[in-house]
Amino acid sequence: MATGVQDVLGSPVKRVEDPRFITGKGRYLDDIKLTGMVHLAILRSPYAHANIRSVDASKAKAMPGVLAVIVGADIPWNPLPMAWPAGGSTVKNNVSTPRILATDSVKWTGEGVAAVVAETPEQAIDALEAIDVDYEPLAAVVDAEKATQPGAVQLHDNAPNNVVFDWTVGDKAGTEKAIAEAEVVVRQRLVNHRLIPNPMEVRGDIGLYNPGTDEYTVWMSSQTPHIQRLLLAAFVTGIPEHKIRCISPDVGGAFGTKIFCYADMALVMWASKLVGGRPVKWVESRRESYGSTIHGRDHITYVEIAGKRDGEVTGVKVKTFANLGGRLSTIGPGVPTTLYGRVLSGCYKIPNVYAEVTGVYTNTTFVDAYRGAGRPEATYVIERAMDLFANEIGMDRAAVRRKNFIPPDAFPYDNPSGLGIAVNGEKIYVDSGNYEPALNKALIAAGYDDLAKLKAEAKTRGKLLGMGLSTYIEVCGVAPSKWIGAVGEGWGAAMWESSNIKVHLTGKVIVTMGTQPQGQGHETTYSQIIAHELGIPMDDIIVQHSDTQGTPFGYGSYGSRTASVGSTAAIKAADKIKDKARRYAAHMLEASPDDIEVIGAEYRVKGSPEKKKTLQEIAFALDLGFSLPGDMEPYLDETAYYDTPNCTWPFGTHIAIVEIDEETGETELTRYIAVDDVGKKINPMIVDGQLHGGIAQGIGQALWETAVYGDDGQLLSGSMMDYALPRASWLPNFELDETITPSPVNPLGVKGVGEAGAIASTAAVANAVNDALGPLGIRHTDMPFTAQTVWRAIQSAKGARA
Amino acid sequence: MVEHIALVVNGQPREGDVEPRRMLVQFLREDLELTGTHVGCDTSQCGACTVTIDGKAVKSCTMLAVQADGANVKTIEGMQAADGSLHALQEGFWAKHGLQCGFCTPGMIMAASDLLARNTDPTDEEIRHAIEGNICRCTGYHNIVAAIREAASTMRAGATAPTTVTA
Repeated sequence: MATGVQDVLGSPVKRVEDPRFITGKGRYLDDIKLTGMVHLAILRSPYAHANIRSVDASKAKAMPGVLAVIVGADIPWNPLPMAWPAGGSTVKNNVSTPRILATDSVKWTGEGVAAVVAETPEQAIDALEAIDVDYEPLAAVVDAEKATQPGAVQLHDNAPNNVVFDWTVGDKAGTEKAIAEAEVVVRQRLVNHRLIPNPMEVRGDIGLYNPGTDEYTVWMSSQTPHIQRLLLAAFVTGIPEHKIRCISPDVGGAFGTKIFCYADMALVMWASKLVGGRPVKWVESRRESYGSTIHGRDHITYVEIAGKRDGEVTGVKVKTFANLGGRLSTIGPGVPTTLYGRVLSGCYKIPNVYAEVTGVYTNTTFVDAYRGAGRPEATYVIERAMDLFANEIGMDRAAVRRKNFIPPDAFPYDNPSGLGIAVNGEKIYVDSGNYEPALNKALIAAGYDDLAKLKAEAKTRGKLLGMGLSTYIEVCGVAPSKWIGAVGEGWGAAMWESSNIKVHLTGKVIVTMGTQPQGQGHETTYSQIIAHELGIPMDDIIVQHSDTQGTPFGYGSYGSRTASVGSTAAIKAADKIKDKARRYAAHMLEASPDDIEVIGAEYRVKGSPEKKKTLQEIAFALDLGFSLPGDMEPYLDETAYYDTPNCTWPFGTHIAIVEIDEETGETELTRYIAVDDVGKKINPMIVDGQLHGGIAQGIGQALWETAVYGDDGQLLSGSMMDYALPRASWLPNFELDETITPSPVNPLGVKGVGEAGAIASTAAVANAVNDALGPLGIRHTDMPFTAQTVWRAIQSAKGARA
Repeated sequence: MVEHIALVVNGQPREGDVEPRRMLVQFLREDLELTGTHVGCDTSQCGACTVTIDGKAVKSCTMLAVQADGANVKTIEGMQAADGSLHALQEGFWAKHGLQCGFCTPGMIMAASDLLARNTDPTDEEIRHAIEGNICRCTGYHNIVAAIREAASTMRAGATAPTTVTA
C-alpha cells in the first residue's frame, strides 16, 4: 500500500468496538428503554409432559398493572418453522415445532403456556402466579435411545417411536464388508452428553407495533435478524416481510443459541399490537433460559472402527441417536445429519464410512446448533475411535493418525461419507490440507516423546498423567448455496453474504454488512479489510450491521462463515467501488480508464504519477455529480453479494495433558497445546481469542458441564448453581501455535475460526483422561470427567482386579 | 411501600425511592440508568453485576438497594478519570483483547479493581482466583488474565498513558 497509510490487514490492531464495552456503554437488548414500554413475562410448564385441560387467566387479568393475559388459543399464527430437515429424497421428517404458546399439551419443562403484559416486569411476573393451568401430567422420557424402544412414552402422534427421522450416509454394504474382513474391529458406545450453551447475555426481544403504518419493529438478541424477519413474516405470522423490521443491538455472546426463530419473537409482536402499540419487552431469566433457549449435543453413538494391524483404518460404521428435544428448533435435524454424518471420517483417508442417525423426540428442551454443531460430535467419535483402535493394535496413537491422514497431494479430496455430492457436475471437496506439520509441532510442544517419563514422575506424586491428541478437521464457512440446495438439505435457503460500501462526499466510508457479530470483532476486521482494499485509514471507516433496515439482506453469523463469506462480499463491493472510482478518475484526468493505476487511495495516470486523484477527491466530485461521463450514475455506492464455491477446511492438532488424583478422582488440566491451521489471519489477536474461547468451551464439556434430567423430565442442572461453567481458576493458560495453509476459495486465504477450538478440544481432553486411566485397565469412560465419574471408574477397575 | 435511600454512586450523591425488594443492580440499571452493570444470571453465580462498595467487589444482584443506603458505590461508568482517560484496567482489557462480547467485562473489571487494590503484583494464579466469581464465556480467561497482569504492571509503574475516548 502506498500513500503513507499503514496497511493494517493481518495486524493485531486493537478492536474498534472495545471503547464502548470497557466503559459500560455497550447497548444490549435489556439496556434499551423505549417511551411507554411495558413488560411481558411467560408462564412456563412445570411438567415435562402433560396435556393442558384448561387455562384460567381471570385472576391474573385483575392483578395490579396487568394490561393483558395471553394464552395459546388467542394467537392464530403458525407454529415455528423447521428450516433444515434431515436431507435426502427418501428421508421422512416427522415434524412438530413449538407454537407461540402451547395450546393442547406441553413436551418439556419450560415450554411457554401463557403470557402476561404489565406495566413493570415485577407486576408481570407476579401475575403469572395467578394464572391457573389445569394440567394432566403424563409420563416422560428423556433418553434418546430409550425413547425409540417399544413401549416408550410417545410424544407426538405423527412420530411413531418418537422418531423424527432415520437418515443414513455412506456405503453400507462396502463398510460392512470392510468390517467383516478386517484384522481388527473395535466397538464402543460413546455418550456425547447434553450441554447448555450459556452466552452471558440471555435472550430477549422488544416488539413495537406502529398502528399508523401497520408495521412492526422487533429488537432481538439474535445472530440472524434478516433470517428472523423472513421466518416471522413468511412462516409464522403471515405479516408481509416489508412490514417487519428486525434489529439486533449489541449481542452478549450467542454460540449458536441466537441463530433461531423463537416463539417469544412473535409473542412480543402480538403483545405490542394487543396493547395498542406500546413497546413490549421480554427478557428471559437465566433459569428460564435453561428451558426456553436451545441446548446442544446429546448423542448416543455406537461406533465400529476396522483396520489392519499395521495401523491402516479400513472402515468406520456409526449408529447415532440424536436427542432433539420435545419439539424441533429451527435447524435441529440439520445438525446431526449434514453437519455430523458427512464429516465423520475427519482428516483420515478411510475408504469405507457409513452412518445411521436417528433423530429423536424426548421430553427435554429442544436441541440445535451449539458452537461447532455436529462437528464436535463427529470429531469426538472419530478421535476416540482412533485412540481405541491404536490401543487395540498396540500402536502409537500419533503414528496411527499419521498413517491414515489424507496426504497433502490427495487434495482436493472426495470424502466417502457424502460431502462430495455432485452438483450439476461439480462436487464439494475437502479442498486443502497438510496435517502432519501441525501434528509434529504439537507433539514437540507437548513433549510427547517424554510421555513415559512424565507419567512416571506424576505417579510419584500420586497422580495419573494422561496426554490426549485430537487431530481435527472442520468444515465451515457454510457456504455454497448450490450444495445446501442440491442435497435437499433445506427449504431453499441460500448461504451467500452481502456488503454495501458508500464513500460519502467527505471521503468517509460506511460499510454495511449482512453478517451479525456477537463478540467476534466484526467492526474491526471488516475495517481492516476495507482500509486495505481502499487504501484509507481505519478511522475513516465505520462498519454497520444488525438492522434489516439499512443493511443488505444477509444470512448472519454462525458456522464460522463471516471471515470467508462475509469478507469476500466486502472485498467484492470494494472492487466495484475501485472500478467506478477508476473510471471516474479517468474522466477527471482526461485519460483512458485502462491507463489509470490504483495505488492505495490514489488513482494515477500510468507514466505520469503527478496526474492523480485521491479516492476522497473522486468521491467528492462523483457525489456532487456536476460532471458525469456518459451514462455513469452519481455517487460512490456499491453493493455486492457473494456465494462462495466451497466451504473452508480448518484443521490442526490439539493436545491436552491432565493429571488425575488416584485417590479422589479429581482431574486437573495442566497444559493445553493447540496448533491450528485456520489459513491466513485478518487480525491474529482476534483469531487467537476465538480459539481460546472455543477451547475453553470444549474443555468445559469434557470436564465439568452437563445438562442432567431426572427420569421425570425435570432439569436437575437447572441453574448456574448446578450447571458447572468453567471458571478462571479451573483452566490453564493455553499454548497456541499455527501452521498456515491458505484456503484456495477466497481472496484472503482465510478459513473460519469461531468453532475450531470447541471442535477439537473436547476430544483432546477425553483422550487425555482415558490415556491416564488406561494403565488401570480402563478402556473407555464417558464424559464429563467429574471427580465422581473418574473416582467410580478407578474404583470399578480396582474392584475388578481385586 | 417504598423506602427512601441516599448513597454516593461514582462520586455523585444520588437518592431514590425504592421498593424493599428492589435489588441494587435494578436500582443502578433502571433508576439511575447506569446500564454498564449487567445481569447474567439469577443465582449470583456469574458476576456480570459486580460493582465496588467502599472499594470491595460486590455482586449487586445479591444486595438490596435499601442495604446500599449510605454506601459509596462505584460502577464501570465511574472507572474513567474526570478527564475521560481510561483506567489502567480498561486499557489493559483493550490492549490484551480481554473481551469479546463485552457482557462480562464491566463486572470483570470491577472485580479486578478490588484485587489490584489489595495486591499490586498478583501472580496468574492469584488473578484467576480473584475473578473466580465472574464467568466469561467468550475468552477462556486467557486474555483476561493477561489484561489484569498488564494493568497491574501499568499501575505499579504509576505511568498511566491515558487515551481519551468519547464512546
